[in-house]
Amino acid sequence: MSAAAPALVRLPVWRARFVLAGLVVAFAVTAGRSLYLQAMRTDFLQEKGEERYSRVLQIPATRGRILDRNGEALAVSTPVQSVWAIPGDVQGTPAQLRRLSALLGLEPGELRRKLADTTRDFVYLKRQIAPDTAARVAELGLEGVFQHREYRRYYPGGEVTAHLVGFTGVDGAGQEGMELAFEPSLGGAPGSRRVIKDRRGHIVEDLESIRAAQDGRDLTLSIDGKIQSLAYAALKDAVAANRAKAGALVAIDVQTGEVLALANAPSYNPNNRARLSGGMLRNRALTDEFEPGSTLKPFTVALALESGRITPATRVHIGTGGLRVANHTIHDPHPETVLSVAQVIQKSSNVGAARIALALEARDMWDMFHRAGFGEAPALGFPGEAAGRLRPAESWRPIEQATMAFGHGIAVSLMQLAHAYTMFARDGELVPITLLKASQPAVGRRVISARTAREIRGMLELAVQPGGTAPRARIMGWRVAGKTGTAHKQENGGYAADRYIASFVGLAPASRPRVVVAVMIDEPSAGEYYGGVVAAPVFAQVARGALRALGVPYDAPLEPLPLPGEVEEAREST
Amino acid sequence: MAKLNLLLLLVLVVCALGLVTSQHKARRLFTELERIEARGRELDVEYGQLQLEAGTWGLHARVERVATGSLGMRAPDARHVRVIDLRGAR
Repeated sequence: MSAAAPALVRLPVWRARFVLAGLVVAFAVTAGRSLYLQAMRTDFLQEKGEERYSRVLQIPATRGRILDRNGEALAVSTPVQSVWAIPGDVQGTPAQLRRLSALLGLEPGELRRKLADTTRDFVYLKRQIAPDTAARVAELGLEGVFQHREYRRYYPGGEVTAHLVGFTGVDGAGQEGMELAFEPSLGGAPGSRRVIKDRRGHIVEDLESIRAAQDGRDLTLSIDGKIQSLAYAALKDAVAANRAKAGALVAIDVQTGEVLALANAPSYNPNNRARLSGGMLRNRALTDEFEPGSTLKPFTVALALESGRITPATRVHIGTGGLRVANHTIHDPHPETVLSVAQVIQKSSNVGAARIALALEARDMWDMFHRAGFGEAPALGFPGEAAGRLRPAESWRPIEQATMAFGHGIAVSLMQLAHAYTMFARDGELVPITLLKASQPAVGRRVISARTAREIRGMLELAVQPGGTAPRARIMGWRVAGKTGTAHKQENGGYAADRYIASFVGLAPASRPRVVVAVMIDEPSAGEYYGGVVAAPVFAQVARGALRALGVPYDAPLEPLPLPGEVEEAREST
Repeated sequence: MAKLNLLLLLVLVVCALGLVTSQHKARRLFTELERIEARGRELDVEYGQLQLEAGTWGLHARVERVATGSLGMRAPDARHVRVIDLRGAR
């Protein structure tokens, strides 16, 4: 007999139905949920998923270089590393941290202080360190310490080109000078791309390039490194030798209107701007306006020559007691009582210039100054260019008309002055000036007739001959022409008795001018203060170097020049 | 029918293997690309530094100092320089 068969237990039917229904409901919920996720929220979920492994990377754009006209670098960007940390994550032995602070050049206390605030997620330990130091920091393998790449701007020219080139801030944007003026084209535009990274942070795959990085364009200036360097050295020496407050110099190529040199003293090192004051930063040649003094006389005389009232040989009565206009007396220290118009320029006579001016209409004089570019910024695109001060002719009193003839009551920048002199150098045409390298000769704008310009040039050449105000401006091998200026500085609405601005503007070679060089020395206080003694030698040095660098043929016999003091020098009236 | 299925299976396997290989190749080429790009950046850094170095060594003031100081050179005065005008010669 077999064992009794297990008894068949009849379960109630509802139990099976219940389980089935439960399964159906569970399945429906699952299906519904998956439908919801797949169909309705798919975009959101896919995005979240991608976020886990894909990253958008910034591609930094390289800033364009700034070059001189011969392609020598004046400003170059090179990558450097910046070290940052998440303070809460930094773990390291005291020895490691000491090593880190030594590498970064930080005091150990400073490093501790930076890492003390553990609530912060990001703190820079040191920005912009050299790549090899950065590599050694990375070798320490400290957790929570990271690096990222930045570009740092270096200026090989240093203080020589500081005022012109300017500099960038720590964020890489231009802050001064050409760096600021040409920020959009120099800066470029950073790009970005999306990539897939693996667990260790390596890039595995490029997903898409969102935006390609656009590198900044190089900027080629009109500056000639050789002439610039010479100009800065000569100016710096002159400022030091005359114990002057400051100085500025501009050299312009007459044929193209390009600025070949633009120097200022005192200067600063743009690579290390730890101790900078506002005075050092100013590009005086462009942003400062001053009363130019006698360097303005040729413009008044040119206007009188144009009107046909006088010729270079016309006699001008100087007298001995000065010239009384309204309640003021204009003085002249010269012994001569009668000078020709040419001698008025040669010896820089204030009375003579005033007499010539008083015979002219104020409106015509204003027009002459205006067409010479005074009272209007030169539009070089440089930040902070001075427009100078030229009051409307209607408001001139007779004494002002007289003093304006010798450059008082009107203010100009050195750049404007140099620019205006291009009209004498180019036979009457004023050439537009530029700080960028020009590819073709410039087209000038006629202001005075070629004949007048040549006559003025003849007078300016007399000024550098023995008996003129600036024999020290001469150079061996080339004829030069130019005009001195010695002006009292303005102070509290009046003129300071013992503070001067000495200047000289000249052109060379006189037979067929190629360069205009303007020099300004602010407050020479080592005894001498005449433009012919203080500023003219700087002109001579720079003009000689520039003519040699440009390969300009000689137009004068090659004879040694007499030493200063051996020839008769006229002292100009101030 | 079974033959066709077998054939399709074979094709599928071959395709799958091909996909794996090409994926692998793409990854390898990509790492290569990354490596070369990194090398390019390194060279860029070096170029920048060399440019700086050239700029610093070639400073006109320094050239002048070395020439007059340690080499005992001097700029010839105007009498020892002849300027030849090429425009006239042509």
